[in-house]
Amino acid sequence: MADSTHCVKLIESFVDSSSTPAQQAASIDAIAALVKNDMLTLESLVREMAMYLTTTDSFLRARGTLLLGELLACLASKPLESETVLSLIGFFTERLADWKALHGALIGCLALLRRKGNVGVVSSSKALAVAQSYLQNVQVQSLRQSDRKLCFELLGCLLERYPDDIVHLDDVLIPGICESIDGEKDPECLMLAFHIVEVLVHLYPDPTGPLASFATDLFENLSCYFPIHFTHPKGEDIDVKKEELSRTLMVAFASTPLFEPFAIPLLLEKLSSSLPLAKVESLKYLSYCSDKYGAARMAKHVKVIWSALKDIIYTSPESVLLLESEIVDGMSFQESHTVTEALILLQKVFCQNSDLLIDLIVIDEDIKKTVDSIYQFKEYTGIPLADKQRLHAVGSILYFSAKSSIGSCNRVFEAFFPCLINALGISAENSVALLSSPCNFGATYLCVELLAGCRALVVRTKGNATSNVIVQEAWCDILCTYSTSLTKLFSFTLITGVDGSTQNACLHSGVKGLQILATFPGDFSPISKSVYESILLKLISVVTGNCKDAFLWKLALKALVEVGSFVDKSEDTEKAQSFNAIVVDKIASFMLCDDLSMPLPLKLEIISSIGTTGLSYMQKFLQGLECSLLASLSGVYVRGDPENLEIATSLLECYSCDVLPWFDSIGGQEEVQFHFALTIWGQIGNILSFCASSQEQKLLSAAMTAMQYAVGRCLAENQTVIIDRAFGILLSTTSLPINDLMDEITSVKVEGYKSNDDLGCMSCREKWIISLFASVVAALRPQAHIANVKVILRLFLTTQLSGHVPSAQALGSIINKLPVKVENMDASNVFSLEDAIDLIFSSRVWSLCNEGPTNCSVARNNNETSIRNNLLIQSHAIEGLAWIGKGLLMRGHEKVKDLIVTLLSCLLSNHSEGSLPCTEQEFLCVMRSAADAFHILVSDSEACLNKRLHATIRPLYKQRLFSIVLPIILSLISKADSSIQRAMLYRAFANVVSGTPLSAVLSEAKKLIPILVDSLFVLSEDILNKDIVYCILLVLSGIMTDKKRSEVVEENAHIIVRRLIALMSYPHMMVIRETAIQCLTAMSELPHARIYPMRTQVLLSLLKTLDDPKRAVRLEAVKCRQACVSYMEFIYPQLPRVHIAIQSRHI
Amino acid sequence: MLKKLIYLILIEKMVVGLINANPVVYEKKERRPRTGPVVLEDEYAVESIDQLEIFDHIRDIKDPEHPYSLEDLKVITEDAIEVDDKRSYVRVTFTPTVEHCSMATVIGLCLRVKLMRSLPSRYKVDIRVAPGTHATEAAVNKQLNDKERVAAALENPNLVGMVDDCLAPSFE
Repeated sequence: MADSTHCVKLIESFVDSSSTPAQQAASIDAIAALVKNDMLTLESLVREMAMYLTTTDSFLRARGTLLLGELLACLASKPLESETVLSLIGFFTERLADWKALHGALIGCLALLRRKGNVGVVSSSKALAVAQSYLQNVQVQSLRQSDRKLCFELLGCLLERYPDDIVHLDDVLIPGICESIDGEKDPECLMLAFHIVEVLVHLYPDPTGPLASFATDLFENLSCYFPIHFTHPKGEDIDVKKEELSRTLMVAFASTPLFEPFAIPLLLEKLSSSLPLAKVESLKYLSYCSDKYGAARMAKHVKVIWSALKDIIYTSPESVLLLESEIVDGMSFQESHTVTEALILLQKVFCQNSDLLIDLIVIDEDIKKTVDSIYQFKEYTGIPLADKQRLHAVGSILYFSAKSSIGSCNRVFEAFFPCLINALGISAENSVALLSSPCNFGATYLCVELLAGCRALVVRTKGNATSNVIVQEAWCDILCTYSTSLTKLFSFTLITGVDGSTQNACLHSGVKGLQILATFPGDFSPISKSVYESILLKLISVVTGNCKDAFLWKLALKALVEVGSFVDKSEDTEKAQSFNAIVVDKIASFMLCDDLSMPLPLKLEIISSIGTTGLSYMQKFLQGLECSLLASLSGVYVRGDPENLEIATSLLECYSCDVLPWFDSIGGQEEVQFHFALTIWGQIGNILSFCASSQEQKLLSAAMTAMQYAVGRCLAENQTVIIDRAFGILLSTTSLPINDLMDEITSVKVEGYKSNDDLGCMSCREKWIISLFASVVAALRPQAHIANVKVILRLFLTTQLSGHVPSAQALGSIINKLPVKVENMDASNVFSLEDAIDLIFSSRVWSLCNEGPTNCSVARNNNETSIRNNLLIQSHAIEGLAWIGKGLLMRGHEKVKDLIVTLLSCLLSNHSEGSLPCTEQEFLCVMRSAADAFHILVSDSEACLNKRLHATIRPLYKQRLFSIVLPIILSLISKADSSIQRAMLYRAFANVVSGTPLSAVLSEAKKLIPILVDSLFVLSEDILNKDIVYCILLVLSGIMTDKKRSEVVEENAHIIVRRLIALMSYPHMMVIRETAIQCLTAMSELPHARIYPMRTQVLLSLLKTLDDPKRAVRLEAVKCRQACVSYMEFIYPQLPRVHIAIQSRHI
Repeated sequence: MLKKLIYLILIEKMVVGLINANPVVYEKKERRPRTGPVVLEDEYAVESIDQLEIFDHIRDIKDPEHPYSLEDLKVITEDAIEVDDKRSYVRVTFTPTVEHCSMATVIGLCLRVKLMRSLPSRYKVDIRVAPGTHATEAAVNKQLNDKERVAAALENPNLVGMVDDCLAPSFE
């Protein structure tokens, strides 16, 4: 048991008016902990507190009650005796009458009523007593906000947890709730109040019950909040969002049909308001409420709602014609928010009272007038904007009428279709004769909208039992009669497009019409097979023949894609056959023939868009693609044809960007990728001599990308087949020293001999084979078996020295994926990772890196050229080592440490003794590539060693590198004696830091900031380093914007600001200046004492930056200046004198 | 003189209420992005200060009386700004909402302070009331372009507070 004096002390500390809120909270927690751990019983506590709970000093009594209430809130899950609960709730119920201690009493009641399950809950009779006392004693609206909120919470709690008991209080409860809500203005309280109304209404489901007599009052209280309008400025923090509040009110509005006689007139009245907000809200509420009130109650409002809706949809000046989208999309309007909501409501009304609404629409004068005057709207450009809007409105009304139900579809067809047909000038039997003049745009547009509605109706009812009935419906008959003529008409609009006389809008309607007719679901189609085929023929003739009119071409292609994917999804075999025969075969044959009438990119677009609608289509196209690819490739290399070069490049790009990824996305199609890779290798193997071409590099890289993608997606066993095949071709290439590399002794010689050669000495075919081979190796899965790893490693080590980067990447990839040595395996057969590492560490690459430039044996006694050559090879070796290191690092191998040490020693190689002035730049080059090796190590690469290419990736490998390298570099920097060495170290450091995730950098922020600032200083001296400078600056700004590190930034504020000021005038890169100023702006939020000394300096240099040549920099400078000035003035209003004096000089 | 005038304004505001209680709020012009491709390659090309840039600086200044920006009330428009970057000269012509608006000087002062803070010091800023839109046009123009008077006005803490309120970022 706890010491009672301790307990009393805690109580006193809470009740004491002089103690701080933190102390009070602490004492509550302490008491709660005592009670929770059974060191103190509630009874004894109450006994201790007796004086505070009953004293006549109202302050002490309030504090005491609050203490007890808060304590109970903390003990929500602590089991209590039922008698304890009984006496406590009795106490608090009584206290509700004591308005001075009301706050505590409300908290106490709430805490007790909220108790759940078997921990001791308030009995229903007591809850009733609470409600009675509450309704009798509490005047909600005279309380402050926090108490009002508690009151509403208490009420809500009572209604939700004790509904059966509360319900009997009806004659006091409902008026009481009305009274407490009346006049409430706080959003949080309103949220609760609206919810209370909703719950209350559900308590009295009987429409003739007690609620009926109070519905008027209750709704009156709610109605004054509609539409929700916040007067709070946006900057203020409010927990409740306007949308949430509006939604809660909407739910309350719709909670009972009893509100219908009041709500609907109110909403309709607000609908005619000129405020857009009120309109949108009313429409939303109407949609929601009509659902809840039911069709019967809403029926009498249909007429009024329709006329309001028509006003909005039909005459609304708010929908603006989209001029830009006219080109893409025919006639389309940017629907305003209001119109969108109005259309939603229209659909709701259709759902409920379809017949009533369609009666109104059919006899509507305005719609009738528009349809009757359709003769005037012959040409799109001739129609005034207002009429276009009307046309659009009628179009959407017709669409929804046809879509909503079979009955309304019939009515709307009967009423408007004949008129449209007349305007179009077609008849059931014959149409061609009348089509001499351009078709009527208005009528076509409305027709298409109507058809779209029908199609939506059929799609919707498909699968229902009614689908068979549709065929017998009136509209169906009408449509079937005219479908042939309509098809001809729509096709005709496309023909007239050739001479340029029709507008895009007309074309759009025509193509859309054809598309809709062709995609009616199979069991019901208004058109016959021959008409369907003629539609397809029409579209395909546009796509394959008419590529001059780009707009029409795109539309037709899009329509074909839609039809294709529709056919692919439906089970209609007849349609699928037609589509196959007409569209797919035509395109496939089109690809095969060397037809030059259409540019290749368009052909490829057709293939990639139509092919992706169905697997069988794409497989058909694939043959054509492959043939053209092989033909163009051999064209390039046998004849050296520059035209074919471009064709081959775009074909390969199509493969790697569209075709192969698509096969990958549908899954289960690895064969395609496998086949592609083998085909390319077969082709390369067949062509023995290559014609060198000047631009082949682009083609080669396209081929490598495609090969890498294809191999990467293959299964491991297929990859093994590919690599074996490729290796066979590699072996047969006599110009490569493969056979020498097979031998242990000669291989060393070859490495040395080959490496002196430049990459240019490799023949074109060799280069192709090596590069493609490297891309195959880089894409292998770890499970794929490589037969001659040793030879391949040696080959890549050799080619890599001549500066062939893909070889270096392939090396890294092999090292990353090779299996580790396993004891019980046959050692002679398996080449393990350890063997590979041994091989590399004994190779020339390794020795070159460890020699250091001055120790090169050649440097002493050979001429300048060979020294230069040697240094170049050395920097290649370093790059190769970096990729190998990346492979090791990503799999988390220990050897990477040795490699890092070697790289750092290359970086520090002292060249001053060499005393060969002409080679200084080359020495620097070696050092620089050593520094940039760290960039390779830490950055993500697209070309190899990523997830897509199955690299083994240990989590947090970048963080690991960071923690290995950082201490070494930091100590080296402090020891470095020459400025060049230091610059290189900073470069390496910058590469590592900018590649490491920020979270890891942040944890070392304290150590890093001085180095970062120094490196900014050192590196910003050389213009070549500007990208690195930018990267460091980003890291620095990352540290500065992290709130947790602000004390570190604060300590170093002085040096940071000085550096940033210098960078503000960095002439070579705009983003550096911009970021530097942004950092300064962020620094202005640091404590005043830190920043104040630097302020004048900052402001003066900002004055210069205001005249920066770049606009973005100037804008940032203005913001920064505003931040500095306003902050300072806020704290010391007298200070800005100097500043103003500077400014006013220039007036 | 100006000091006195400002106090008068403050008093008038307290006693009489708003000078233009019900101003017309115009629809805002869409903030158009700068047209033309952003040439990133040319680090050293100079983008000279132009009309739109000046307008961007001052469009969000809040009206001293209402929670609207000067752009909302069409007190300033883009066309009313004249700028010559080579000669370092800017002239802003603003239109007070009502002819007798005694807030004109405060608006002018806000414009001047904002431009002083935003433009390089080589610039000469000329603030004018649009001809024929204000009862005491000449007097206002004289006040706004007199260096001594402006300096004196900025010594006045009340006035500086008022200007800073208008220049503080608006709610939107």
